[in-house]
Amino acid sequence: MRSPVPLLLPVLLIVGWEVAAHFIDNPFILPSLTTVIPILLHPFSDKFTLGTGSLVDNAAVSLFRVALGFALAALIAIPLGIGMGRSALLNNILDATIELLRPIPPLAWVPLALAWFKIGLVSIVFIILIGAFFPILLNTIDGVKSIKRTWVEVALTLGARESDILGKVILHGAAPTIWTGLRVGFGISWMCVVAAEWLPGTTRGLGYLILYAYNFGQTNVIIAGMVIIGIIGIVIDQVFKAGERRWFSWRALER
Amino acid sequence: MTLTIRNITKDFLVPGDQSICALSEITFSVADEEFVSVLGPSGCGKTTLLRIIAGLEYATSGSIEINGEIISGRSPRMAMIFQEYSLYPWRTVRDNVTFGLEVGGMHKSQAREVAQTYLHLVGLDDFADRYPHELSGGMRQRVTVARALAIKPQILLMDEPFGALDAQTRNRLQEELLEIWEKTKKTIIFVTHSVDEAVYLADRLIVLTSRPARVCEVIPIHLARPRDRTGQEFARVRRQVLDLIAQPKCSLQ
Repeated sequence: MRSPVPLLLPVLLIVGWEVAAHFIDNPFILPSLTTVIPILLHPFSDKFTLGTGSLVDNAAVSLFRVALGFALAALIAIPLGIGMGRSALLNNILDATIELLRPIPPLAWVPLALAWFKIGLVSIVFIILIGAFFPILLNTIDGVKSIKRTWVEVALTLGARESDILGKVILHGAAPTIWTGLRVGFGISWMCVVAAEWLPGTTRGLGYLILYAYNFGQTNVIIAGMVIIGIIGIVIDQVFKAGERRWFSWRALER
Repeated sequence: MTLTIRNITKDFLVPGDQSICALSEITFSVADEEFVSVLGPSGCGKTTLLRIIAGLEYATSGSIEINGEIISGRSPRMAMIFQEYSLYPWRTVRDNVTFGLEVGGMHKSQAREVAQTYLHLVGLDDFADRYPHELSGGMRQRVTVARALAIKPQILLMDEPFGALDAQTRNRLQEELLEIWEKTKKTIIFVTHSVDEAVYLADRLIVLTSRPARVCEVIPIHLARPRDRTGQEFARVRRQVLDLIAQPKCSLQ
């Protein structure tokens, strides 16, 4: 049997919450669990959310936006990272610029995004792209740079061309680290989407839902939305971890 | 086929625009199907010499010739076996062996057959579907031997391939290597710092000095095979070799 210790604190928090809600007795500050749970039990219903769509509808919209921004980030960052990992020249040209841009939080790009792409999907996807881009890029560079020199030299002595080395050695050897970059990048995009959906003109998505609920004083809907955001984040992270165990177990076992 | 290493010199640039000479005027020839050991102290540049022969590094001057013809860069007639584990951990044993065949454009099914042949030669038929991390150190080095042989090189370049193994496994692999050498008729250049290993394996020893490495002795080993490591003859030859490399001109530290 697994140890119950990890569950102890969550259970205490929930009990504490319910007790606190009872004493505060103000659903706008802290709604009772009994008003949150029904929303979570009816994820396909929009009767709690005042016509902004069900939890599932909004989650699907958010996931679509994240998938788009995340895929674009990966499509740019992975090839760029491989190039920078392989070529000292390319690395020298780009490194300073990337180091300069990297510490800027994705949300600081919001005004520029609005100026460039106006209100709408493109702006949101742009913010998500920025969020996912740097972890994927840096991990890819790191993965490519940490390829064992012997792996490349073995390939050379066996007659491999540059394309073989890229496709059969570099990509495979760096894949576990790139995967870690994707996992971290996805986590950040998922955080970004909520904030990006606060941009004016947005009418769907989990971020929009919780902000909209705030305007109507529906704290129970806000909390239900937060719970869903958290659950989706955990599930996707677990999917990445499962992929890591399934495909890249060799990295941990290698001596 | 004769492999000739002619006047190979290698200078390394170090910070401060100084150059350090690693190899100095190295010259020797290796005959067809000969087993030659390059013996020298650690860090003397043996590995650099082997890498130059393999075409992984360039010499500052001098040339590598096969049958009098200068070869520049890598040659499909040579395969190198590295000191440390060089298998691809994401590929099965079989797919490691087929690597050189794949990049050479061989059809997958044919490559698998060839791989099976060489895995059989090194006694690993039953491990084709395993991953490198499931294998012992000795088994892994057997796979690297199979992988090198699969591309059918004439010359095997071996860089202290058994250096990381325990003594028993090392002896076992030396015996197996000799069997494979006799079966496949390869020319082998085997780099080592172990006098025992060199005397046990080689037809001829090329003894290098420490930096800059020069050839200080070429010692033929006239011992019938199979050689008995514990025999008097072996001890005598080993003593001779140790005496020769103890001369001031060789000064193995």
